Amino acid sequence: MKIVVCVKQVPDTKGGVVFNPDGTLNRAAMLAIMNPDDKAGLEAALELKDKYGAEITVLTMGLPKADEVLREAMAMGADKGILVTDRRLGGADTWATSVTIAGALRNLDYDLIITGRQAIDGDTAQVGPEIAEHLHLPMVTYVQKVVDVDEAAKTITVERQFDDRYMTVKVQMPCVLTALGELAKPRYMTPGGIFEAYDKEVTVWGRDDLKDVLDSDIGKVGSPTQIAKASDKVRKGAGEKKTDLSPSEAVDYIVGKLEAKHII
Amino acid sequence: MDFTLDKKHAMARSLFKDFAEKEVKPLAQEIDETERFPRETVEKMAKAGFMGIAVPKEYGGQGCDPLTYVMCIEELAKQCGTTAVIVSAHSSLCCDPILTFGTEEQKQRYLPDLASGRKLGAFALTEPGAGTDAQGVQTKAVKDEEGNWVINGSKCFITNGKEADVYVIFAQTGTKLDKKGRTQKVFTAFILEKGMPGFTFGTKENKMGIRASATYELVFNDVKVSDAQRLGAEGKGFPIAMHTLDGGRIGIAAQALGLAEGALDRTIAYTKERKQFGRPISAFQNTAFKIADMATKCQAAQYLVYAAAEAKATKDRYSVEAGMAKLYAARTAMEVTTEAVQLHGGYGYMKEYDVERMMRDAKITEIYEGTSEVQEMVISGALLK
Repeated sequence: MKIVVCVKQVPDTKGGVVFNPDGTLNRAAMLAIMNPDDKAGLEAALELKDKYGAEITVLTMGLPKADEVLREAMAMGADKGILVTDRRLGGADTWATSVTIAGALRNLDYDLIITGRQAIDGDTAQVGPEIAEHLHLPMVTYVQKVVDVDEAAKTITVERQFDDRYMTVKVQMPCVLTALGELAKPRYMTPGGIFEAYDKEVTVWGRDDLKDVLDSDIGKVGSPTQIAKASDKVRKGAGEKKTDLSPSEAVDYIVGKLEAKHII
Repeated sequence: MDFTLDKKHAMARSLFKDFAEKEVKPLAQEIDETERFPRETVEKMAKAGFMGIAVPKEYGGQGCDPLTYVMCIEELAKQCGTTAVIVSAHSSLCCDPILTFGTEEQKQRYLPDLASGRKLGAFALTEPGAGTDAQGVQTKAVKDEEGNWVINGSKCFITNGKEADVYVIFAQTGTKLDKKGRTQKVFTAFILEKGMPGFTFGTKENKMGIRASATYELVFNDVKVSDAQRLGAEGKGFPIAMHTLDGGRIGIAAQALGLAEGALDRTIAYTKERKQFGRPISAFQNTAFKIADMATKCQAAQYLVYAAAEAKATKDRYSVEAGMAKLYAARTAMEVTTEAVQLHGGYGYMKEYDVERMMRDAKITEIYEGTSEVQEMVISGALLK
């Protein structure tokens, strides 16, 4: 089985969010990590490799520095890394990004493509499904569990999460899955894996390596989305403190509040 | 000379730090209180490859260098001195002598299980009457008529005792005359396995620090082994022990360094939060200067420890580098953790605060695997010969 896992290097929001004066993220000033949903997707791929045997290629688009997440993925057990980087691809929104990644994927042989549900910097959840559309592949989003793989029939069975239930879906491969963070708990890298990852070559592709991609669909020019303004999360207020109620009055008070907000 | 880590070492450090903060830190206080050996952490470390960092890949290890290994011990010790010494004793004192002095058969037989963490290792030289003076060793191995070795005696203060599966031990196998015509005992090293007939465990020690590391007495009562269990040549036990301890001292130096750095990190955070006389105590120059001094000592210790790791990677003998690293890092650990408790005031004396445990854990680094005074003997001996 050949699996491609698409990962993104994102700012580590735990270390605080830093903005440029124009409202865009100051990525250089923030620590960078592998996007958590993507990492869960990578772990799911590694578990498939452990169970069924697989070759895992990790693909990322970003600045040259994004090489780090590919090394990390290889140190966890992925076999190959491909970095798509080119000034002409800069400023891409989700459309231009998915066009670019699909253009890279057209060069590869795969049975399964796994992406994270969404990245913690943009939170759009659009790139995975868009990749599937560009490549005309079946897709399951919000995957919370991989149930099994039928290698002979080339199908994979997964659980797709909803708010209050899940759906078990069997899908024909090749296909695209978008992984939830809870799909799999990522393993640690190994020290030896890190050394090997830095001994290996990472393949670097530019604009000219993308297959069947129009210049009008990539980079800033190909991006229909314009970001007007970005801001940090709005902090919640201090809340309300009631200290003068008996336990039963407190229950009634909380239930009343929840009903008023139509939560229950 | 370059004092910066390259990318792979920097990533390895981030791995160890991440692991220690997520898996080791949450248990540190509980296992200290209850003296519980953290078996689950050992299993997690095994899975992540931490039990065979410096063992070559051909023997199932990670194939990394001594610097990577010391960074692992250092990061573990920042959170828990016990967890660090479990890895150090296993790696430096059991895997390393088997790798260095073992026959190919012994390496194939023991290293894959040890390096993968399926089995845990230990080292036993110390006896009630033989600490710094190895000549006091009473444990004897005698050849019987069938050519087997029969081992009798006991060892004390053995780290990973009872928990470990494989033990590198030392026994007297004869005598010789030294240059001055005095009779000297001659030792031989052996590899013993838990469960061998006659090999049992005595008392578990109740210690001041590193309380969750299992420290046991080993008892050998007619333990019969063939020559296949002999590690290195007959009569070469003493140089094997000394060479092994040179490596071990780098591990303990890294443990001491981690304890000092961990205490410093906590003290910086605490003194910025703790307010007296209307301002954080870090705003008082007395506190600030003490922190500057603690940080400078930690940095100096780190350079010595890393230089010793580099010496181990590139030189056959590194006794002086290892001795200096251990002497200085252990002293630093004791000074910095003591100052950390002082700067925490009354809270630092309470068990809820990590610095209390770290100060207790630090003391042993000045004692085991050669006391600070032994390091001074080693260093001065090389300079004044």
